[in-house]
Amino acid sequence: MPIELEVNGKRYPVHYDPDTPLLYVLRDELGLTGTKYGCGEGQCGACTVLIGGAPRRSCQIPVSAAAGKPITTIEGLEKEGQLHPVQQAFLDAGAFQCAYCTPGIIMSSVGLLQVNANPSSADIVQFLQGNICRCGTHPRIVEAIHQAAKAMQGKGR
Amino acid sequence: MSGSPEKFVVEPERYEFSAGPVHHFELLRRDFFKLLGAGIAVFTMTKDAGAMQETAPARGFHPEELPKEINAWLHIGEDGGVTAFTGKVEIGQNIRTSLAQTVADELRVPFESVRMVTADTALTPFDFGTVGSRSMPTMSPQLRRVAASARDLLVGVAAKEWNVPPEGLKAADAKVTDPASGRSISYAELARGKTLAQNLPAEDPVTPPTEWTVAGKSVPKVNGRAFVTGRHQYTPDLRPAGLLYGKVLRPPSFNATLTSYDDTATKAMPGVVVVRDGDFVGAAAPTEREAQKALDAIHAQWKEVPQISSREIFSYLKKNAVATSEDRFRKQSGSMEEGLTQAAHRLDTTHTISFIAHAPLEARAAVAEWADGKLTVWTGTQRPFAVRDELAIVFHIPESSVRVIVPDMGSAYGGKHTSDAALEAARLARAAGRPVRVFWTREEEFTWAYFRPAGVIEIKSGIASDGKLTAWEFHNYNSGMSAIETPYVVPNRHIEFHPVPFNMRQGSYRGLAATANVFARETHMDALARAAQIDPLEFRLKNISEPRLRAVFEAGAKSFGWPRKKTQEGQGFGLGGGTEKGGYVATFAEVAVDRASGAVRVIRVASAYECGAIVNPDGLRNQAIGAIIQGMGGALFEAIEFENGRITNPHFASYRVPRFRDVPEIEAVLIDRKDIPSAGAGETPMLGIAPSIGNAIFDATGVRLNGLPLAPNGVKT
Repeated sequence: MPIELEVNGKRYPVHYDPDTPLLYVLRDELGLTGTKYGCGEGQCGACTVLIGGAPRRSCQIPVSAAAGKPITTIEGLEKEGQLHPVQQAFLDAGAFQCAYCTPGIIMSSVGLLQVNANPSSADIVQFLQGNICRCGTHPRIVEAIHQAAKAMQGKGR
Repeated sequence: MSGSPEKFVVEPERYEFSAGPVHHFELLRRDFFKLLGAGIAVFTMTKDAGAMQETAPARGFHPEELPKEINAWLHIGEDGGVTAFTGKVEIGQNIRTSLAQTVADELRVPFESVRMVTADTALTPFDFGTVGSRSMPTMSPQLRRVAASARDLLVGVAAKEWNVPPEGLKAADAKVTDPASGRSISYAELARGKTLAQNLPAEDPVTPPTEWTVAGKSVPKVNGRAFVTGRHQYTPDLRPAGLLYGKVLRPPSFNATLTSYDDTATKAMPGVVVVRDGDFVGAAAPTEREAQKALDAIHAQWKEVPQISSREIFSYLKKNAVATSEDRFRKQSGSMEEGLTQAAHRLDTTHTISFIAHAPLEARAAVAEWADGKLTVWTGTQRPFAVRDELAIVFHIPESSVRVIVPDMGSAYGGKHTSDAALEAARLARAAGRPVRVFWTREEEFTWAYFRPAGVIEIKSGIASDGKLTAWEFHNYNSGMSAIETPYVVPNRHIEFHPVPFNMRQGSYRGLAATANVFARETHMDALARAAQIDPLEFRLKNISEPRLRAVFEAGAKSFGWPRKKTQEGQGFGLGGGTEKGGYVATFAEVAVDRASGAVRVIRVASAYECGAIVNPDGLRNQAIGAIIQGMGGALFEAIEFENGRITNPHFASYRVPRFRDVPEIEAVLIDRKDIPSAGAGETPMLGIAPSIGNAIFDATGVRLNGLPLAPNGVKT
């Protein structure tokens, strides 16, 4: 019996070993390459996805442990051509340079805004401490999350 | 903007440029192949010898690919879409956007209608590499000339169709208009059904920055949406049909050689391809884990050699410097002896610079595919043509049989000038007969890439009682020559670079040795100012004659509010600045040092930067602030540690890079000089942050820190 994953609302049978980190299954088996490998050690946050709505490092989670829970990746945020407010805010604020860290940081930010709809800058910094941006775009990322929080208020998203 | 770009001189600290490929493989004959078929190039350009200096490689152009006169080309489609080609790569510096602005500006078309094709050796003109902040000063004028020439050609075609002299016609908004008759015709209509070509006049006037319409304004990143949706495919995201995942067996330490090898167990694994070629051992398998398991099953023994550790590196560099002095490494004027005699205050300092890693978040990666003896490699490199040439050498095939394509990259910072992952993927792919991806792990990236060179810098100086420099002696051991010259006026000086033979891989890093040299110089200048009891800003201004340098110090001081009065215990203020690669920077920092723990926090930074005419203010601000934040890592805590040929901190858990909590409030003051050609902007903004923090720590604590990193474990007071 293959493991079954629910990713972005779709069900996928998984043929990889059950102890394979979720990251490799998402990228190499399901082709969802928006989720990035940055360190494989849970230190950089590039592989962040939402599992049951909470941001998790997919390089640290065996695929067997993710089975049966709804998983959202960066590819699952856009709905009918409409960017998620966090994606839109990153675009508007120009909150990236090489953008390799961007999917992971966006996923962390979506997770943050689900538990804290109006975070302070200190809240954002604290929450994103586990996400590395090597290009040094941090101030714009914080600004983008404030913008996204504002945009989401009243939208009920 | 006009005229010939200066010749590009390779700085001595770019050690990786001359190091050669890391692997050498056995010969395998393959057929010669022409990569590029007929195109629909509308314009091909240049006989400009000056511009060719940077674009023509030493070992000759490759006529199989593009006509050899071409150093820039663009195409106007029948729909009016403009495609421009450049060998430059996008590494997050936003060059795709800035160059598209340049083309749109000169061709007089909307920004949205320009598409840049970058870094594909089969399609784009030869380019030395995306290095040394050269894209704006050289590629931008080349593209402007080609666009200006295209515009002239379009006007000429319209003139012919209307049977009027071209002089009276006007090109704007993607059309040619005849003001006399009021007629107009779009570029799209003019391009329809035609194949046009024209050589570029040597001195084609281009639009001065004061008349720019598209350039000079902020525009968002052209393909930004692909990045926020995860749709952009970086090299490791490519998955051609039949892809295998490759892994390379790494020696236990640097410079180890393979002495025994047994892959019997690996060969028995289904679906696994294993390769041994000299000291290169690798495996490819249907999944990355299987490839790793395959490597784990190989029994290999290595002969290791004793090597020095990071603890001994500075004394090693000092002791092993090349004894002979070369003119190109030395700059001298006046007499040091006289200068020191005239001095009222003298100072000797020694500064140390640690090895640091680029640690791009996208580690080195390549996907390689062979077909009919021809090799295509997608890889994250800043030098696609150099990688192509190395692949051709290593596989003993003509350069025309190799195509290198560089997807927009998860950055590089000067660290991706070599071909390693491309060679590895190509070697495994040749054995497998299928496409193979090699994607380095974080530990491999921290270990097997090259490092920013460590260095020792010794400075001896003197100042007169009026605060003017009288003598300046500066010796840099190993780290490099960039910004080694002092920008301050001093009649007696001796400045020298001392290369050191060393067997660890080292090479370019954003800003090259300018970060080290400016750190040492500005730290020393601060100490001199203190010794003479002159305000550090006033002291610098007293010794500056270059108005552009003065301007950034003054603008930075204004933004920061220098001089500031301390209001809290542990508070300190410092500054540092300099010039390199046509850019000028002055950075001011406020720090707070916790007396009990010694922890240093950077509270606020104000930095003024000037690099000529600004093409994209928003993009420049992103680069300038990013350079400051990245520079904080090397300033405060980054250092590669090693022992006996092993990196002992090859993880983000043990190699600390700047994170959100480290980031201060930052103001970047950008000075737009429309009268000065645009310089590159990615590197120089980094130079001022380390000395400004170090000098602020002194101001806060009275402790003078002369080494980088300044305070990996805090400041002991």
